Amino acid sequence: RKITMMNADLRRERAAATFQTELLTHILDGGAERTRRRKEIEALVLNDPDFQHEDLNFLSRSQRYEQAIRKSALMVMKLREYGIADPEEIYWFKSFVHRGRPEPLDLHLGMFLPTLLTQATPEQQDRFFMPAWNLEIIGTYAQTEMGHGTHLRGLETTATYDPATQEFILNSPTVTSIKWWPGGLGKTSNHAIVLAQLYTQGQCKGLHAFIVPIRQLGTHEPLPGITVGDIGPKFGYDEMDNGYLKMDNFRIPRENMLMKYAQVEPDGTYVKPLSDKLTYGTMVFIRSLIVGDSARSLSRACTIAIRYSAVRHQSELKPGEPEPQILDYQTQQYKLFPLLATAYAFHFVGAYIKDTYRRISGDINDGDLSELPELHALTAGLKAFTSWTANAGIEECRMACGGHGYSRCSGIPDIYVTFTPSCTYEGENTVMMLQTARFLVKSYTQVSSGQRVTGMVSYLNDLSRQRIQPQHVAARTVTVRINDPVSLVEAYKARAARLVEAAAKNLQAELNHRKSKEDAWNRTSVDLVRASEAHCHYVIVKLFTAKLAEISNAAVRAVLTELCLLYALYGISRNTGDFLQAGILTDAQITQVNQRVKELLAIIRHNAVALVDSFDFHDVHLGSVLGRYDGNVYENMFEWAKKSPLNKTEVHESFHKHLKPMQAKL
Amino acid sequence: SVNPDLAIERQTASFSVEKLTTWLDGGVEQTRLRRAVVEAIERDPVFSRENQYFQSQNERYEAAVRNAVHLQKKMNEMGWSENGPEFKYIYRAVAGEIAFLLHRVFMRSVSMLGSDEQVAKWIPLASQYQLIGSYAQTELGHGTYLQGLETTAVFDVTTQEFILNTPKISAMKWWPGDMGRSATHTVVFAQLYVHGKSYGIHPFIVQIRSLQDHSLCPGITAGDIGPKMNFEHIDNGYLMLQNVRVPRENMLNKFCEVQPDGTYVRRGSQKINYFTMTSVRISLISGEAILPLMKACTIAIRYSAVRRQSKLKPGEQEAKILDYQTQQEKLLPQLATAYAFHFIDDYLQELFDRGYREIQRKNFDTLPELHALSSGFKAVVTQFCTSGVEICLRACGGHGYSLLSGLPSLYTKIIASCIYEGENTILLLQTARFLIKCFMASSTGQPIPPSVAYLAAVKPGNCPAKNKLDFLHPDIYTEAYQHVAVRLISSTAAKLQDLIQSGVKKHDAWNQCTVQLVQAAKAHCHYITVKNFAEIVGKIETKAGIQKIMKHLCDLFALYGIFSNTGVFLHDGYISGAQMDMVTASYLDLLAIIRKDAVPLVDAFDFTDKSLNSALGCYDGQVYQRLYEWAQKSPTNKQMSPAYGKYLKPLLHNRLSKL
Repeated sequence: RKITMMNADLRRERAAATFQTELLTHILDGGAERTRRRKEIEALVLNDPDFQHEDLNFLSRSQRYEQAIRKSALMVMKLREYGIADPEEIYWFKSFVHRGRPEPLDLHLGMFLPTLLTQATPEQQDRFFMPAWNLEIIGTYAQTEMGHGTHLRGLETTATYDPATQEFILNSPTVTSIKWWPGGLGKTSNHAIVLAQLYTQGQCKGLHAFIVPIRQLGTHEPLPGITVGDIGPKFGYDEMDNGYLKMDNFRIPRENMLMKYAQVEPDGTYVKPLSDKLTYGTMVFIRSLIVGDSARSLSRACTIAIRYSAVRHQSELKPGEPEPQILDYQTQQYKLFPLLATAYAFHFVGAYIKDTYRRISGDINDGDLSELPELHALTAGLKAFTSWTANAGIEECRMACGGHGYSRCSGIPDIYVTFTPSCTYEGENTVMMLQTARFLVKSYTQVSSGQRVTGMVSYLNDLSRQRIQPQHVAARTVTVRINDPVSLVEAYKARAARLVEAAAKNLQAELNHRKSKEDAWNRTSVDLVRASEAHCHYVIVKLFTAKLAEISNAAVRAVLTELCLLYALYGISRNTGDFLQAGILTDAQITQVNQRVKELLAIIRHNAVALVDSFDFHDVHLGSVLGRYDGNVYENMFEWAKKSPLNKTEVHESFHKHLKPMQAKL
Repeated sequence: SVNPDLAIERQTASFSVEKLTTWLDGGVEQTRLRRAVVEAIERDPVFSRENQYFQSQNERYEAAVRNAVHLQKKMNEMGWSENGPEFKYIYRAVAGEIAFLLHRVFMRSVSMLGSDEQVAKWIPLASQYQLIGSYAQTELGHGTYLQGLETTAVFDVTTQEFILNTPKISAMKWWPGDMGRSATHTVVFAQLYVHGKSYGIHPFIVQIRSLQDHSLCPGITAGDIGPKMNFEHIDNGYLMLQNVRVPRENMLNKFCEVQPDGTYVRRGSQKINYFTMTSVRISLISGEAILPLMKACTIAIRYSAVRRQSKLKPGEQEAKILDYQTQQEKLLPQLATAYAFHFIDDYLQELFDRGYREIQRKNFDTLPELHALSSGFKAVVTQFCTSGVEICLRACGGHGYSLLSGLPSLYTKIIASCIYEGENTILLLQTARFLIKCFMASSTGQPIPPSVAYLAAVKPGNCPAKNKLDFLHPDIYTEAYQHVAVRLISSTAAKLQDLIQSGVKKHDAWNQCTVQLVQAAKAHCHYITVKNFAEIVGKIETKAGIQKIMKHLCDLFALYGIFSNTGVFLHDGYISGAQMDMVTASYLDLLAIIRKDAVPLVDAFDFTDKSLNSALGCYDGQVYQRLYEWAQKSPTNKQMSPAYGKYLKPLLHNRLSKL
């Protein structure tokens, strides 16, 4: 990084920071050694000529797919060459190679291979694992169908056992049963793990997984009985060949059902699996990744928008003075800084879930599943909460860059389209919020019947003490000190308790009208989602606050405390109704909160650029002309635009084809 | 055949869909005309958008140029003219996939800013397409803040020419549509210098490409600015000028002129410039914001009536997702918003027409009010509609992300409307400036314009509602909105005054209050929207159940706004905590009621399948079949991908086996 070439505004911003950016980077990475290793891997990829290519913004979808597959194949080779095997290091390597974008082998590496490891018998592993490891078999995971997503029990694909030939006959009986969306299915894979309803001896035994060859090894042509292809263009995901798969009486040997747990014996006898709670583990893991991804995607967008806002000058704040940096406008700070605080909050939440999962995984191996339901409920809600917030936040960052944010050179459109599907995949967000709500209501019911609950919902225990008094739980006065994060955690706790109780009571009232249970649940679901949101919000404020105590460097702790306060107070100012209605805060306190938010904006303003520098995204990874580290925005926008496909010839062919003949005729 | 799940929704409509359609159009004749135009355009294969989602930037640009050229022919053939009643439906019918929109802006600015001689010279050339125009205002470094533009035009008395220059990279013109590849001429906005003195921003007609072979003129560097989130059919361009000379007569000089000796003369009122901006902002609200939201609602609601997922009652069939309360809570408020804004558009048009008549009589009194309202509503309508389209997209689960759903394109296009023709935050602050001014005037007893008269008549007291049904009285909720608007405007005005009195400089005080000012401006527009909707509903005389369903939508729009902004209504106790629970209860009840008419309410928007261009939103509801068929057309399925043979196979089979 050539400091001499740096834009003067950015240089000044960096010089004025009150803390060392590296120290904060180390905290985000989990230690100085992790930062060093991350940068080492980053350099391996970014200095490798094999991974260079033209700007993807100028390529067609098919060219982007081609680039991605070229890099994926190389990536697999090089990972093995370098001996990189730690999951986090693999994640880094992959994310530098593909610059944070999805790639066609994602499902092979992330689902096909792990599923073989966890659900295949030793014999099946012998047959499939090494060929898959060597990419002779490229697999995907075909679960979602055209007609069914999050509601798995509704899947319609069938696998009927034929004892005469000892085969399963796979069918897609309806249009809605066509497998739709699996990544890598459209063009890349030659095998798929297919989820289908198992029929044996005339009975349906529910969903099971089958290894299905779909393309001829060598020629890559679809096998007879298989119809497979790409589902067409999407909102982003240009690199990914999301596909469809239709099966007509397609036969596979009995041994292709993944039989580590459930089994079908040669005569067709079905042997039930033991517990199915273990599958929770995978879901928790993947959803915890999405929380981390929310943090990273939002951090990237904040980096771009905040650097650009320090470089861009516009209009007039003081008559007669030069145009100010747009970062000096209160409205711009109000758009960006709460998002910056949110990105930090989500980083810490992501790290917490990852650690907790790691700890609980140990217990699971020892047969202790007691903490799993709470973690499962919590990650469902947090996945939804963080992905919704990050999704809206990325767009807010883009809009804060004005017109130039809309150009693909800003990089934010790409971050957005890559990230936004996470609101839907791995569990549609509203459905996720309702899963968390189910857990909250269950905990509330336990408390009401005199039991105590533990973990993040333990605040509900306080409700039983309230029961003697006729008013609602939160009518008790919490003395909130608005400059103390610990006190704000209490305020969020009271809000969550109030909304959980209100939802649970409304649900009970609906049930008292003797409606069916499902109907009552549906009629309360808007309240239930609000309760889950309040619970997640509380958890995030709590975790962010707890993190502060762990920071040893005083300068870093000071700036993170400001961000934590901003996060908590901004959240209150955006949800004042909840705090007012529950009597947690008074009108006067709300006015103070609003005022304090604005003061914090002015304080954080001084460190804003340093705070995004601490995320430490390399320019290549950031992929943004507006967010360049050196701030030389305008020159590089011009350089970038010259490469646009429309500029390939000086006179576009449309002139000869359409314009000229028209002018001649008129 | 129509999917039975959709057919049944239509059998139970509580009102006549056709009557609602004609009422929305403004009469039977308008509906007939609109349908005729749409049909003529859609029947013509040249305008087909069948392959739109599969096209590259180059292909889409070419198609847009082809459409624009073909449209000229079509108009001649059909006998449509630019001043005719059909014209406003054409853009809707081609769904915006057309070039030369900036050519029209070029013509409009010449007509409004040019002298009679200039109009006589340029307009015939432009209307015959002997030249193709563009409008170059925005630069790399400056957008909404026009005074900051850096392009220069220096008058050279000896040759009687202006010399135009791009003195630095940030001064390069950037974004103008039609300029990257198509335009031969453009109106360039530049800082005028005569004898070393600056006179501010003025418009100049500059030729940029040869009329013979379309090559760039000497001193001109121009091209396309590269791919964007959408608008890939438009060649948004850049333009750099190096000592480009244009004759003195090329400065548009209706309002100001540089005479041969360099004397600068100003004539008439500059205020008329505001009027142009006002007219553009009002005219974009309908086509660029409300129609896309109506389309998105149509797609998402029809799909939600077809998609079945999970069970609501054990043992029954899986439920339509439209029956889930959370799904209703996403979509139905957006539907109500589309209707509310349809009526606000009428309100603004009427205000505009009245203002226009006054201006023709040289009375500029209504301009500030018009300018403030058009700025605020442009911001509020585009923002609400954009977030509405996104909600619709997200409510369609995974399939919403497929381009074939039509929703991603609607979203990426509408979102640009939050920036162009004035960035929304800046526009809201302009509205706020007007509101504060009026509030101060009213507190000293001066007269204020009718749309803000409520600021002068503040009623004391709290919300009188006693039960949840009271919140279905328009007076109750309209007054609540009014109360909030007054409170936010007056408290911000007070804060501003306090700051100034405590010694803070005026501009600093303003910047310190901008977050609140934006909120106040939004509250004002929200109040006017609710009030206007309630008044429209009160006046409906058509029978056929329309009044009743519109009343429900109006209630829903109003209560949704309270439900999602509870804090501002609770803040000073105007609405109590107990009353807020009543609002929620009434709001949720309305969802279940409007649910029954949801499909007929979107049918009434009367979009053809071709105009929706959505596999999920077609009238017949054959969603899955269509999604499957359309996907087959993807180029990725037509040719064998070279990637496998080129990269995967050799690399993996040869080298990996050695690992």
